[in-house]
Amino acid sequence: MTTEAASTSIPQQSRRSAGLDGPARIELYETMVLSRTFEEAILREYHADKGPGFDIGKGLVPGEMHLSAGQEPVAAGVCAHLTTDDAVTATHRPHHFAVAHGVDLEKMAAEIFGRETGLGKGRGGHMHLFDPATHFSCSGIIAEGYPPALGQAFAFKRRGTDRIAVAVTGEGAANQGAFHESLNLAARWSLPVVFVVEDNDWGISVPRSVSTAIGSNADRAAAYGIPGERVENDVEAVYDAAAGAVARARAGEGPSLLEVHTLRMWGHFEGDAQGYRPDLSEVSEHDPIPRYEQTLRDAGLLDDDKVDEIRRLVSTAVEDAVSFAKSSPIPDPSTATDYVFA
Amino acid sequence: MTITEAPHATRRLSTSKAMVEAIAQEMDRDPSVFYLGEDVGAYGGIFGSTTGLLDRFGPERIIDTPISETAFIGLGIGAAVEGMRPIVEVMFTDFMGVCLDQIYNHMAKIHFESGGNVKVPMVLTMAAGGGYSDGAQHSQCLWGTFAHLPGMKVVVPSTPADAKGLMTSAIRDDNPVVYIFHKGVMGLPWMAKNARSTDEVPEGDYTVPIGKARVAREGSDITVVTLSLSVHHALDVAEKLGPEGIDVEVLDLRTLVPLDREAILESVGKTGRLVVVDEDYKSFGVSAEVVATVTDHDPGMLRVPVQRVAVPDVPIPYAHDLEYAVLPRQDRIEQAIRAAL
Repeated sequence: MTTEAASTSIPQQSRRSAGLDGPARIELYETMVLSRTFEEAILREYHADKGPGFDIGKGLVPGEMHLSAGQEPVAAGVCAHLTTDDAVTATHRPHHFAVAHGVDLEKMAAEIFGRETGLGKGRGGHMHLFDPATHFSCSGIIAEGYPPALGQAFAFKRRGTDRIAVAVTGEGAANQGAFHESLNLAARWSLPVVFVVEDNDWGISVPRSVSTAIGSNADRAAAYGIPGERVENDVEAVYDAAAGAVARARAGEGPSLLEVHTLRMWGHFEGDAQGYRPDLSEVSEHDPIPRYEQTLRDAGLLDDDKVDEIRRLVSTAVEDAVSFAKSSPIPDPSTATDYVFA
Repeated sequence: MTITEAPHATRRLSTSKAMVEAIAQEMDRDPSVFYLGEDVGAYGGIFGSTTGLLDRFGPERIIDTPISETAFIGLGIGAAVEGMRPIVEVMFTDFMGVCLDQIYNHMAKIHFESGGNVKVPMVLTMAAGGGYSDGAQHSQCLWGTFAHLPGMKVVVPSTPADAKGLMTSAIRDDNPVVYIFHKGVMGLPWMAKNARSTDEVPEGDYTVPIGKARVAREGSDITVVTLSLSVHHALDVAEKLGPEGIDVEVLDLRTLVPLDREAILESVGKTGRLVVVDEDYKSFGVSAEVVATVTDHDPGMLRVPVQRVAVPDVPIPYAHDLEYAVLPRQDRIEQAIRAAL
């Protein structure tokens, strides 16, 4: 059953969209551009030395690489409401949330390059980014990043703060037990969590229509007596919906579920030819960043000069991070068994 | 105070009460400690792990959870990452199957994946073991499985004094510690028990170091390396064989991770004969690891082949006689000792 009535929307009165002034809108744009630019650089570096042919374990950035291009509105719109005292648990596709939440670009890049200066000193890799400075983490296991967010929210609540945790999954994760267990427990204990589902239509190659019994995962919120809302891949729509969910959590009123119907522009991982995907030729038309750029140009907030300036600054930051990573020391093999225990 | 030998005390407690006392003392000492799990509140823990704690500390710190292990173990992990010291109970080790991802992919790996930047100071308690016809899904030990997966310490107390001291150490440790108590050592009034499940326990707070085995009985003829309830059984056999002039040394491992390999080598170096007793499955597990500890060091230490007494590789049967045929109890331990002499 999919009905409008099944989900309770996040209360409108607590939204802060009215506060989205010109500078804030430009900031949303900048966050998205920074994330995309970072990933374009990772994409370039990733494929630079995989040949001849494609060997996934080869090169300066080896292993699986899940990039989030197209999903930037989710991270930018949600994280605009957070400070680095709030926690974010992201997925195997974590970079846009890490960038939007303020994880240090150099340390993140260095981790992706497997360097000693990385967030995890090269022990984690791109799916396992842990940044205590911003309470950011991610998990490579579908839906399993939700439960730890409950504990961070629990600790924040116990200490009497208004800090919150944002837990992110994809739409495929909404069929996992961890998703449902987490919603139930957070609702029952009124934990300050915002559950975010990034519905990019695809669980690797399996479309949502094949995997999921209902059309909107936001409707599943009703089963746990919490608000749920589904919005399209528009950064201001995400911002508005997240405003209500974040405000509700900070006020001690409990969790909310926000699903964003987003867009996976690239493969599940790099090297995925996406032969299963009928919409490939249209993907770039739906790129949310040029669309939002046009919106801000139309509003008189951006022009060629301003866009060039943003892109130049962002590009410098990204290339500096990549240079930092590439010039950082490779971990000494004799330390391979370090850090098992504190 | 740190004790490594049997402490001097006159007060006797069951293992369950000793464990609860450690939790209460640490909760008094440190407001960041809390306990959560299924039926740990008003019930007091199905196997007596939290008896009386709800009355003393209230529902904010002694927390009944839904039957939702993945969610509440994850909650413990997140709270630990943020500096709290949760104790999370999984009612039976057998239930690891519904929540193992949070345990081995998250709790045990976050410190490593973060390059040491994030700590996960939590205790995961579980009841283990059979002997009371609870069938194949509620009677397993499985401590070897946890010990096999890197990133978590694993403690397996056998005595009341160790149960208290190891719990205190586990709570204070900055790493995830899996604390596995055999139901048969808890001294529960509703289950057959070894007399050793009630014993002297020091007052006050003290720690038993994680990673140190204990010579439960000194002997010169043969070494029995064992853990948890099997320590009690091995001591029964050692006492029985003493009058025959067979002097059995019983080494209680107390901790599986990190394993006190030196204590194993020291004892086997003295006796030259080894029996390993483990209530977990025989193959690919604890008993093989103990033997490898010796043979990796010097196979020449062994004057005779090793005897292993463990659960043969079969699920734990329900019918009493079948179950007792596979558990490592006194009869099989005695047989193994005689075979190794």
